[in-house]
Amino acid sequence: MTAREITCIGCPMGCRLSVAVEGAAVVSVDNAGCGRGVAYARQECVCPTRMVTARVTVSGRRTPLSVKTARPVPKDKIFACLERIREAHLTAPVKIGDVVVADICGTGVDVVATMNS
Amino acid sequence: MTDIDTLIIGGGPAGLAAAIAARETGCESVLLLERDEALGGILRQCIHTGFGLHVFKEELTGPEYAQRFIDKAAELKVPVQCGTLVLNITRERIVTAVSPAHGLQRFRAKAIVLAMGCRERTRGALMIPGWRPAGVYAAGTAQRFVNRDGWMPGKRVVILGSGDIGLIMARRMTFEGAKVLACVELMPYSSGLTRNVVQCLDDFDIPLLLSHTVVDIHGRERVEGVTVAQVDALRKPVPGTERRFDCDTLLLSVGLIPENELSKGAGVELSPATSGPQVDESLQTCVPGIFACGNVLHVHDLVDFVTLESAQAGRHAAAFARSQAISHKPVIRVRDGAGVRGVVPQSLGVERIENEVSLMFRPTAVCKDAAVCVKIDGQEVLRKKHRILTPGEMVNVTVTKDQLTGFASAHELTVEVVA
Amino acid sequence: MNDVIVIGAGVVGCAVARELSRFALRVVVMDKACDVAEGATKSNSAIVHAGHDAKPGTNKARFNVLGNALFEPLCRELGVPFQRNTSLVTAFSQESIATLEELKAQGDKSGVPGLHIVNREQVREWEPNIGRDVCAALVAPTGGICCPYELTFRLAENAAANGVSFFFNCGVQSVSRRAEGGWTVVADDGRRFETRAVVNAAGLYADELNNQVSAEKLKITPRRGEYLMIDKAYAGTFRATIFQVPSAMGKGVLVSPTVDGTLIVGPTAENIEDKTDTRTTASGLEKIRRAASLTWNDLPLSGVIATFAGLRARGDREDFVLGEASDAPGFFNAAAMESPGLTAAPAVGVWLAERIAGKLGAVKKQGFVQESGHWPVFRHMDDAARAEAILRDPAFGHIVCRCETVSEAEIRAAIRCRIGARTLDGVKRRTRAGMGRCQGGFCAPRIIAILSEELALTPEQITKFGGGSNLITTLDTRLATCGKDPESRWSRVLQSHD
Repeated sequence: MTAREITCIGCPMGCRLSVAVEGAAVVSVDNAGCGRGVAYARQECVCPTRMVTARVTVSGRRTPLSVKTARPVPKDKIFACLERIREAHLTAPVKIGDVVVADICGTGVDVVATMNS
Repeated sequence: MTDIDTLIIGGGPAGLAAAIAARETGCESVLLLERDEALGGILRQCIHTGFGLHVFKEELTGPEYAQRFIDKAAELKVPVQCGTLVLNITRERIVTAVSPAHGLQRFRAKAIVLAMGCRERTRGALMIPGWRPAGVYAAGTAQRFVNRDGWMPGKRVVILGSGDIGLIMARRMTFEGAKVLACVELMPYSSGLTRNVVQCLDDFDIPLLLSHTVVDIHGRERVEGVTVAQVDALRKPVPGTERRFDCDTLLLSVGLIPENELSKGAGVELSPATSGPQVDESLQTCVPGIFACGNVLHVHDLVDFVTLESAQAGRHAAAFARSQAISHKPVIRVRDGAGVRGVVPQSLGVERIENEVSLMFRPTAVCKDAAVCVKIDGQEVLRKKHRILTPGEMVNVTVTKDQLTGFASAHELTVEVVA
Repeated sequence: MNDVIVIGAGVVGCAVARELSRFALRVVVMDKACDVAEGATKSNSAIVHAGHDAKPGTNKARFNVLGNALFEPLCRELGVPFQRNTSLVTAFSQESIATLEELKAQGDKSGVPGLHIVNREQVREWEPNIGRDVCAALVAPTGGICCPYELTFRLAENAAANGVSFFFNCGVQSVSRRAEGGWTVVADDGRRFETRAVVNAAGLYADELNNQVSAEKLKITPRRGEYLMIDKAYAGTFRATIFQVPSAMGKGVLVSPTVDGTLIVGPTAENIEDKTDTRTTASGLEKIRRAASLTWNDLPLSGVIATFAGLRARGDREDFVLGEASDAPGFFNAAAMESPGLTAAPAVGVWLAERIAGKLGAVKKQGFVQESGHWPVFRHMDDAARAEAILRDPAFGHIVCRCETVSEAEIRAAIRCRIGARTLDGVKRRTRAGMGRCQGGFCAPRIIAILSEELALTPEQITKFGGGSNLITTLDTRLATCGKDPESRWSRVLQSHD
């Protein structure tokens, strides 16, 4: 069993949570000021995920286009996703929501454009 | 000279919300002036998520959030002129602007909404000594380089200031392949969201050095390093605690200042506490017909509240343009009490309030299990408990019309924090 | 074979070069930096002194008074700002009043016009915001303020219009006598130049050059001065340039309006070893604040927009070193030009040029171009002129620097002119873009894009002030090279004045 200390991001209290993790399961969460902290700890200590935002080049356009993962992706895949996004080449026109990279790095999450070209 | 009913200066989230609200209340003659070549303001470079949680119940990036309002404004056929810089506003609401496409233009506005946003505090203003090499940038300037121009300001970065812009740039620079060595914060707490400390610093093992500051900058031509020292309770560097970081870039996230040059020219009085215009409950400044909203009024944390505030300003501006009525009803002055800084609005016309009024302010210190207390002429009318209050998060207290009953001729309303 | 090589493109070197360009001479100016005014010229008080400070009979006194008189017509001719705003030397104690009398006597002797002493009430009437301990002041009505680097740039531009060549990034390694007469100048990169005469206007390094050719050795010590710049929101706090009488506390600091509406406070005075050490220091900035608070009781630190330091070329002979070295014919010194070097520069230029032309037997040219044409300055225009300018060139309607109201048209003109800007600081000093309260936070990205476009360089090649001062570290090379930046689509090629 491993013990971890994480800061809850639910509100500015920033409760310092003491989490006991056994394998892939959270056994206990201490010091949570509210239920949101417990829920956050369960997610964060088992399968932490993050939104990834980046920029890509669009041919014929001098400035980059911003993109995001449509949903959070596993935290340990952030840099692999960024590498893949960096390789993407788009052609105009692109609009908000267009899929730029489908199922990025096998996460099941698409990368979509967040601005119109 | 072109006559406009409601003229909005600034096409960022504040100006967009104000313009849309003005149009939605039936104002036909609206014009939005924006100096950049496209609408969106600072959101154009805020490509991270975190916008719209309150307004849209979705987590959007800056450009997406802006596009919702840009599309709405287009749908409502709100007249917009980009690439246009306002040079001057007079007390009589004459606006002079220049643009390449339209040359020099003069507008006579029945109502003006100031929505020009803010600028960043600089190295010069901090008087950081040392060499003056290339590679020292305000965090927002670096954000513009990276997100709009596609350029990297540097490869090894130290960030001074742990406000949200500094934290966001720590992550952005890391994502783009730079090494961020530390985030240095003068105060004993970060003024940014906890979420950003975790997801922008902790995630990448970037140390947050609280109660520290940069005391020297090295490198004659390009930054080669910075010296960081601990500070004491008076925020003065402690000799002997100096540590050098070898880096090629120093980003500064050390404060935002509302950009009120135009406001001053029109005779608008500013509040020293906010550096923004003093306004009443309708967000009207001391100059009749000139309203203010968004970061030019006071620096916000969440764009959602900018939108709500600015819609209000737009509505009131349009109403003023219609009626041209200057109210002479008595007002209560709003004062910063203990533990409170920069309450907006700074005055209330009690009899003018329809349902309620929002009082927004920043706590001066971190307080746990405290209460925000509203008093009128010494009498408590409202008390609201908060688990935590921090200078990094603006507080919003709603006072209802009922709570103000009987106080129409009162002198002073105070907002304070009690332990 | 050149006629004259001027080493140093600061205000002195450019003033000499401009005066030399009146004659039929082949003149070259060289500087180790990438631009004019990169030394002390860009980092001083910008004061045009009345002349009471210098010891009567010295070069300093003589050329100060002469230069002061030349400043107004020169600045008018070149279209650069100058204001005769009066200098006040203020005494904050009774003991200091005696010093005022001494300074007046000194100034009278040197021919400084209009000096008179006023009492406390009169000072306070003239300057309501002056420090509460003021006792009296010496009034020097001919004292003024200017913009030293703008002046230098326009001197250089005019010199270039009249045929002077400028070589930048061309530091001089050695100067040696030619057997046939004249001089060989060898640059740091090995390039050799032959010339009949040399002007040594090399600032901090003038001693090294002089000592290569003359037995009359000179030693120049860098004397650092730090400054604070205060936001133009405080313009009007003082009208005159306010000096402090030197006292037991030290030399005292000045508080002065600038021609740009800001206020300058400083300097410190510290002899150092390193001729390149222009660092500001925490102790220096604190010294200024403390000393200046005598003049400006409520000096607003929250109004500071910039701090900087400059190095004075302090010679060991207590005076300017001017003229032909007695044992080095054709080698002319304009050295040790610490204060009042800026004020003296126009007069030194005239005097030295006449001597050199005489020595070389040169005649005045026909068709000397009096003034080489300044591009229109948007912030100085009234509305009608602005409307007209934008019609002629839409780039005037694109304001790039919001704080100082500088248009894209001016920035491009500053890059395209003869002594065109090649760096961010070069644009800054020619147009004021980036000198306002946001210190380039808003406009720097745009100016880098314009420089990159105008000079056909990648953004990563653009520097702040030459050398290794690159602004952008890496460039995403996959970005399209086609597709113009929409923000510059309004620019048209400006009519060149050629």
